[in-house]
Amino acid sequence: MTDIPLLSLAIWVPILGGLLVLATGSDRNAPLARMLALAVAVVGFVVTIPLYTGFDTTTSAMQFVELSSWVPRFNINYHLGVDGISVLFVILNAFITIMVVMAGWKVIEDRVAQYMAAFLIMSGLMNGIFSALDGVLFYVFFEASLIPLYLIIGVWGGPNRVYAAIKFFLYTLLGSLLMLIALLYLFMQSGGSFSILDWHQLPLQMEPQILIFLAFLIAFGVKVPMWPVHTWLPDAHVEAPTGGSVVLAAIALKLGAYGFLRFSLPIVPDASQELAWLIITLSLIAVVYIGFVALVQADMKKLVAYSSISHMGFVTLGFFIFNPMGVEGALVQMISHGFVSGAMFLCIGVLYDRVHSRQIADYGGVVHTMPKFAAFFMLFAMANSGLPATSGFVGEFMVILGAVQFNFWVGFCAAITLILGAAYSLWMYKRVVFGKVANKHVAELEDLNSREFAFLAILAFCVLAMGLYPYPFTEVMHASVNELLRHVAVSKL
Amino acid sequence: MTDMQTLYLLVPLAPLAGAILAGLFGKAIGRTGAHVVTILGVAIALAASVYIYQDVQAGNTFNGTIYTWMVAGGLTFEVGFLIDSLTVMMMLVVTFVSLMVHIYTIGYMAEDPGYQRFFSYISLFTFSMLMLVMSNNFMQLFFGWEAVGLVSYLLIGFWYDRPTAIYANLKAFLVNRVGDFGFLLGIGLIAAYTGSLNYAEVFAQADSLASQEMAVTGWPLITAICICLFIGAMGKSAQVPLHVWLPDSMEGPTPISALIHAATMVTAGIFMVARMSPLFELSDTALSFVLVIGATTALFMGFLGIVQNDIKRVVAYSTLSQLGYMTVALGVSAYSAAVFHLMTHAFFKALLFLGAGSVIIGMHHDQDMRNMGGLWKYMPITWFTSLLGSLALIGFPLFSGFFSKDSIIEAVHASTIPGAGYALFCVMLGVFVTAFYSFRMYFLVFHGKERFGNAHGHHDHHGDHDDEEPSADHHHGLAPGQKPHESPWVVTLPLVLLAIPSVLIGFFTIEPMLFGDWFKDVIFVGDNHVGLKELEANFHGPLAMAIHGLQTAPFWLAMGGVVVAWFFYMVRPDIPAAIQRIFKPIYCLLENKYFFDRFNEIFFAGGARALGKGLWKAGDQALIDGVAVNGTARLVGWVAQMSRLFQTGHLYQYAFVMIIGVFILLTFWFNRG
Repeated sequence: MTDIPLLSLAIWVPILGGLLVLATGSDRNAPLARMLALAVAVVGFVVTIPLYTGFDTTTSAMQFVELSSWVPRFNINYHLGVDGISVLFVILNAFITIMVVMAGWKVIEDRVAQYMAAFLIMSGLMNGIFSALDGVLFYVFFEASLIPLYLIIGVWGGPNRVYAAIKFFLYTLLGSLLMLIALLYLFMQSGGSFSILDWHQLPLQMEPQILIFLAFLIAFGVKVPMWPVHTWLPDAHVEAPTGGSVVLAAIALKLGAYGFLRFSLPIVPDASQELAWLIITLSLIAVVYIGFVALVQADMKKLVAYSSISHMGFVTLGFFIFNPMGVEGALVQMISHGFVSGAMFLCIGVLYDRVHSRQIADYGGVVHTMPKFAAFFMLFAMANSGLPATSGFVGEFMVILGAVQFNFWVGFCAAITLILGAAYSLWMYKRVVFGKVANKHVAELEDLNSREFAFLAILAFCVLAMGLYPYPFTEVMHASVNELLRHVAVSKL
Repeated sequence: MTDMQTLYLLVPLAPLAGAILAGLFGKAIGRTGAHVVTILGVAIALAASVYIYQDVQAGNTFNGTIYTWMVAGGLTFEVGFLIDSLTVMMMLVVTFVSLMVHIYTIGYMAEDPGYQRFFSYISLFTFSMLMLVMSNNFMQLFFGWEAVGLVSYLLIGFWYDRPTAIYANLKAFLVNRVGDFGFLLGIGLIAAYTGSLNYAEVFAQADSLASQEMAVTGWPLITAICICLFIGAMGKSAQVPLHVWLPDSMEGPTPISALIHAATMVTAGIFMVARMSPLFELSDTALSFVLVIGATTALFMGFLGIVQNDIKRVVAYSTLSQLGYMTVALGVSAYSAAVFHLMTHAFFKALLFLGAGSVIIGMHHDQDMRNMGGLWKYMPITWFTSLLGSLALIGFPLFSGFFSKDSIIEAVHASTIPGAGYALFCVMLGVFVTAFYSFRMYFLVFHGKERFGNAHGHHDHHGDHDDEEPSADHHHGLAPGQKPHESPWVVTLPLVLLAIPSVLIGFFTIEPMLFGDWFKDVIFVGDNHVGLKELEANFHGPLAMAIHGLQTAPFWLAMGGVVVAWFFYMVRPDIPAAIQRIFKPIYCLLENKYFFDRFNEIFFAGGARALGKGLWKAGDQALIDGVAVNGTARLVGWVAQMSRLFQTGHLYQYAFVMIIGVFILLTFWFNRG
């Protein structure tokens, strides 16, 4: 098992498969493109399963490591590996790709091959981000993943797609340029190494630490997105096609959060401690402020987009309270948010495909015509408001416990989400699903078809399984998280 | 896993299996299939509970883990059971009342298209409630806590067509979430300072908690923990000011009002505090807080019961008031009296609710008491069982409610904790109020002139509220000339079966529960608190207590309430109308439920929306997007615009600029040195 380059497969199967899908060409071959895309997505997922089954939970070291020289002159390596922090995201990403292919099955009729290829390639690139252990390799994947998403929004998006796509691109590009400078600085300081693991051990003075921290903060903070650099996300979500929103929420937002754990905390631990108050403040603003903003949204996608920002606030909060409960809770929250926000966007997509509106006011009484849909949507809305027995509860609960342990008032502010999350999720649900049939569009709705039922049922299973038995998820993380926190506690000065 | 453990597991899982079968395969198994599987599930749970009860009585308690849910940050999160006398009593109450409600539902929901769904929900509720009471740790407690809230949400909004119902269920969920907010912080504090979520391990460290202060705020830790936990109880058990959801929850079908919003779920808060007695006993401040909140609820919610015309709402306010009594008992450290009242109340209040439901069936879904009257002739079983339930509620000697309520009043009397004087006043006056509104309802419904079949002339009655008037679409009522009829046996059988414990259970259980060893090792009362000790010294058997009860003030207050109700509503019906006219402002205050709803609607709901809108428009759109993002874009555009001016394409301008440049350069170069 060990000699199979699993991580390379996880990266290159979707990318090469995507190119193959692209080769089917015009929309005449659309059915073939769809089948091929699904096959590639499934294979891409299957190759990630051994990453979990073969994972050694007792060590914090990198596993499934692949190392070969790429650009010897600058000591740049093709260096891959995963630990307890990243492995679940590779699997989640491969899994979500299947959902996305299924979600775009009938809905996308225009440039099908290109659409499917874009998602597959992006999936491979994002696996690259989660498993890259070389700074340049990471950067290349990080930047390259922008392009498919940019195209997805710009080509298959809504009426205002160009504004949204450019806003998204510029926002994130601005951030990553600062990261590039930081990476080059670290290359110089470390005497010519791009290895992220070497950088973890690199002693640094406080001043450069702070500067590096800020550079990373901007790069990753935009991706997360953290308040106040979050405004690209609602626009991007609203314009993106359903699949784009799903990937954006489920995976792309995690890249930034992952960056904090892989770069900021271990490379500049002293600055992280020094500036933790800043991140905690921004996170709490995200949780509370954005929670209120989500409450008044009239567009369902915007509402879920804001709710995503609020949930991601929990993630960054959990990282910077520096206790295992907080960090693991944040990681659990990231995975759960992948399922739940993905499912929420898919649910909205199901409605949008039928009525072609995302306005809450255009709905009402959907339960009469779509009872099955209503049941799934209820589950996901409840998961979004953190109800126990759903995955949404686990991470929130852990982060709140960790936050109370850190400081009562931080926990107090974080716990406000209990009320706000329920308020915006269920108020939307009430207006869309309950009540009398609002108009003839709703009266004509057809309930889920078997394809839609399938992907919602799979996600529902994940949400419930993780909520009822999170043990297998947290088990993977312990060693790496403990090692990370131990590392952060040791000063580099 | 031992046989007993399998049996413990069977208790919650049997109703869960029923719920899953009825919920997911409702179409396949049909209506009969749905009620058969769910009733079977609950019956198994009841039978197993009885067996476990005997086992516990033989001295076999259990505290252990079923499975490890998660391990993180040094904390182990487990799903496990704690089976002791308190748990098993709750299990019996929950499964018994649930079984009665399941049977009753066959009749009550007979014509409803959501029949299977309803059975699935109530079985799911039974599962959740059992998980809550059987838990041995805070995480599972919170699990059950939220799960019962979810089912309550689903059931209040069961008729999702009705705007009032879907308003009420959202309100119920959100208000409960406010309570949960405090509850979760309390659990967080416990986890942070004890490093455990297991009851037994936490209680073992109670003394060390009591000696600590909270970091950051410097508050006494134990008081903060207890008040946070109690805020959770305030939400679930509907204590002022988080009570506002319970009256509105009457929008749900009547069986769930009986099961969830009277007998079981709303008492979860009481149960929780009783379970946490080793913690609460260490903080007098928290106990005083509990006491004052409970006393306020007991009296002031009772007042509201007087002015209601909807039969279910009278019972709902009576539930609020009785929950207040239980909370008072907790506040004076009479935990066992609180749990005792919880139990008796579960029986007689479920009975009253189901009786009200039977009346509603008989009246063809008219809930307005002003359209009733003289029903005793037509519905003899409903009438008689309701009378028994009302007597139990007002605490008539020998009825179950007498023993529990009198014990609470005596315990308040003996207590010296700050607030006890106020509480005594509230609970004493509350006895009169309870008797008055209970028998006002009783006389209006079952006696006096027959007012039904009157083509609904009451609609223009002044002082009616839109939200109280049952919405028009389901408001059938009796046609002129039509007579009410007794309900089918599936409805009356549960009434009879509930009437028996409502009358008898207090007599037989007061001695073991309050003064015996039943709750020994489970409920803890500190030496500095009187609790029930004084009462115990004066207790000479239940019969003596009942006879003594005839000479005490509460009895005469209750009788006074009954007589006044009789006089006002049977003899001189013009008096209440006159009082209403004279004391218009007070009536208005009561009619508007002390304006809690309006305040919440304007201040919290409206405030949150306004704040959200403000942050969105001013923060996100104007400041961040308007100034920062698009401003940057405009700035870049402006700079580009400016620099473009220099590139005019005219050679003479370039030449001119170049000459100036050379001139400046040379000047500086020559003057350098």
